[in-house]
Amino acid sequence: MEIILALIMGSFIGAAAGYLGTLMLSKRMSLVAGPLGHLTLPGIALAFLFGFDVSLGAFVIVTLGIALIWWLEIKTKLPMEALTAIVFAVGVAVTFLFLPEEKTIPALIGDVSQISPIVVTISVLLSLLVIFAINRIYKKIILAEISEDIAKSEGVNIKKYNFIYLLCIAIIVSLGARVVGGLMTAALVAIPACTSKNLSKNIFQYSLGGADFRRAKLPDWDSGF
Amino acid sequence: MSETILKVKNLNVGLEKEEIIKDLSFEVKERDVLIILGPNGAGKTTLLRALLGLIPYEGEVVWKSKNISYLPPQELVQRKYLPPMTIEEFFKFKDVGEEKIFKIFKEVGLDLLLLKRSFGALSTGQFQRMIIAWALVDEPDVLLFDEVTYGIDAGAEETIYSLLHRIWKQRNLTVLLITHDLNVVYEHANNVLCLNKEKMCYGEPFEILTPENLEKVYGTGIKFYKHTHK
Repeated sequence: MEIILALIMGSFIGAAAGYLGTLMLSKRMSLVAGPLGHLTLPGIALAFLFGFDVSLGAFVIVTLGIALIWWLEIKTKLPMEALTAIVFAVGVAVTFLFLPEEKTIPALIGDVSQISPIVVTISVLLSLLVIFAINRIYKKIILAEISEDIAKSEGVNIKKYNFIYLLCIAIIVSLGARVVGGLMTAALVAIPACTSKNLSKNIFQYSLGGADFRRAKLPDWDSGF
Repeated sequence: MSETILKVKNLNVGLEKEEIIKDLSFEVKERDVLIILGPNGAGKTTLLRALLGLIPYEGEVVWKSKNISYLPPQELVQRKYLPPMTIEEFFKFKDVGEEKIFKIFKEVGLDLLLLKRSFGALSTGQFQRMIIAWALVDEPDVLLFDEVTYGIDAGAEETIYSLLHRIWKQRNLTVLLITHDLNVVYEHANNVLCLNKEKMCYGEPFEILTPENLEKVYGTGIKFYKHTHK
């Protein structure tokens, strides 16, 4: 039963992550998924220590991390990738100060051994929500990538759509941390998107290819089962 | 007598504490072609962006029409690193029907086969025509073009200007155009705004484009050969 639940959850999270990944690749942010995945580690560590859901812990910390990067970018004018590196390094360093040794492997590469139908349901619903949200903002984000001025003159509220986009990243990275751990989250978004880009001839195939269930990363069986 | 479609009064724009446009006032009539001239850093692009409300400004900018299309300079339009998107898909961002796209493609002289071509696979000239078609899809009253012929060779440049002239006539458009090319001014502009952070001269090309005014704008002697087409 757990295997079925894990497969369902992994497929939906993988599909949402791949779809989001196609947008991240277009914004040249695929690499950011890695550090953001690592940023889930303090949240996962806190979840292990205090016994709450790892995705919840990861989501809170990743959201705070993204907000911190966004704020520092405005205040310091430093590039986003540099700020992401700083915040992620701090996150990882803090994690290993208090993460119990026996929880290190599950935190790094995921653990789907303790999933309940409720967790699966919430994860599937959140994945569907992300797919829906990305579908709504996809064209606008791509237009803003082509030209911010054209997008703005077409009435696209870039700040609003970027906020939704970042929120989707936070959700997916947090959900992904449960399936593949903080270490491998980038794989969920980068590999399907890159594969899809190389195989697609148009944006429809590309976005659909990213969300293809068959390329979704399966749970790491060795860590928990 | 044409009505005023754009009124700009005491426009001031500053970016990062630097004053880019200082106390600029002018008016544009319906169906005018206004060419904005000036050296690099004169505030031409900033002016267009302020007119569209894309950046903060002080002063008054009043448009009679809300149906305005803007095309930024081509170097600010990303063509690399994009998803594998066809031109047809790009036009569908605007939720327009195929027939309208076909009609506008014919109007700007583009082959319909290009609709299936990838966004990044067009030549510079084709891309510029395509982007003009994109601007026309919404049936605008006003077109704002920034460096419309950037990166295009001289022959294609003339073709683009002829195309714009034809579209302007057929569609009764008002056009605001930034260019560095003084030679197109006499042929295409009703009015010229010479800008170098502030208004240096404004009026009909034959009246105001004197060597003295050009030297005032560009800060150096500009040789300008007037020519007309028979």
